[in-house]
Amino acid sequence: MDFQWDIFVEAIPALLGGAWLTIQLTIISVAIGLMLGLIVALGRVSANPVTSKLAAAYTTAMRGIPLLVTLMFLYYGLPSAGLQLSAFTVAVIALAVTNAAYVAEIIRAGIQSIDRGQMRAARSLGMSYGLAMRRIILPQVVRRVLPPITNESITLLKNTALVSTIALSELLRSGLEVMTWKANTFSPFAGVALIYLMMTLPMIWFVSRLEKRYAIP
Amino acid sequence: MSHLIRVSGLHKSYGPLHVLKGIDMTVEPGEVVCVIGPSGSGKSTLLNCLNFLEPYGPGEVWIDGVLVGYEKKPDGSMVKVADHKLNATRTAIGIVFQQFNLFPHLSVTENIIEAPVRVRKIPAQQARDKARELLAKVGLADKASAYPSQLSGGQQQRVAIARALAMEPKVMLFDEVTSALDPELVGEVLGVMKGLARDGMTMFVVTHEMAFAREVADRVVFMADGEIVEQGPPSEIFGNPRSERLRNFLGRFRG
Repeated sequence: MDFQWDIFVEAIPALLGGAWLTIQLTIISVAIGLMLGLIVALGRVSANPVTSKLAAAYTTAMRGIPLLVTLMFLYYGLPSAGLQLSAFTVAVIALAVTNAAYVAEIIRAGIQSIDRGQMRAARSLGMSYGLAMRRIILPQVVRRVLPPITNESITLLKNTALVSTIALSELLRSGLEVMTWKANTFSPFAGVALIYLMMTLPMIWFVSRLEKRYAIP
Repeated sequence: MSHLIRVSGLHKSYGPLHVLKGIDMTVEPGEVVCVIGPSGSGKSTLLNCLNFLEPYGPGEVWIDGVLVGYEKKPDGSMVKVADHKLNATRTAIGIVFQQFNLFPHLSVTENIIEAPVRVRKIPAQQARDKARELLAKVGLADKASAYPSQLSGGQQQRVAIARALAMEPKVMLFDEVTSALDPELVGEVLGVMKGLARDGMTMFVVTHEMAFAREVADRVVFMADGEIVEQGPPSEIFGNPRSERLRNFLGRFRG
């Protein structure tokens, strides 16, 4: 073991810089992933067979392709088709579209877990499908899907480590850089692991608070 | 005479299962019609067709002069009506369900004002005042800020009645509204329904409560196997049943 306290301490600022990029990637990708996932889920449960099949195809495909492959494809594959995106854009797109597929499945299951009588009651009161979805169904779904969605977000945060492969200096790559610079392996990665943990713990804490706040009395 | 509900030649099938086999009936303004019959006779399906929660066809359902769910083209063909028109039609028809179907994330008051405010665009304060009135009417003035899960089944069902009434419907449909209740809670719900009948509300009540039908109904409709077998005033239906099927059905209730 080559742990050295001084290298560990010296590595912290560089690692925090990487962690900031990780946080940015996570927040933007989660936000886009949630919106896209909601749209796909609504398409999936819609009565229109075309949108339903399209949505099903999307979730199946994006859950079946490894995130690393999506990253490589967008970063190295697309330029050969004449489309060159920045590493950050590629990272956000890949993380978001993958996340959206899992989020869509969670929301779909959530919508389908709500008693059919809720939609019938809302429609019988003259509410449109959209209004009933927005005011009656989705607020109940949110409460049910909050824990699995947060778990997906934690997964996404950890998956940002894969972005190190396309030359973005997020947290893991910052660790790799310190390793090369200081010729020490144990210390920087101890710091990397610790910072990932420090970022995920608040999310776990956050969801337990939300669950309490939105609990149906 | 303008009928409030007019059903003619109504059929409904679920795949190969023919549930309604040509129903013809009318309900007049202010009339209380109770529909009785064995399970699977199609009475709940009929009720659900009345506001198009179940699409029907062939046949026609007219509520207060409006064809429900379809539009008649000049060539006589029927096409499904646009969603917003169906929604407008539905606001005239209140439904109370067997399973209450209150919105669990909303308080009692919020349950009641949701549709008036969002659909009929009534100012929130006015809707709240109306909700308070309705809650008093169903005997739950003290439960305005409670949540459905904090109420008994009978209380939930009375809130559901208040919620339907808040839209000021022209007719109220009741779909076996006491079947999911503990026996000791049935009376309070039937009591509210009796009050509504006294106030002159037009009511279409699918029920297994024979005593209620006998006491409150202006007319009792007996359905079996997707058809109306017999109908008439309660004294006739219960006192002098003509058909074998009705006699058998009533015999089971006398035990």
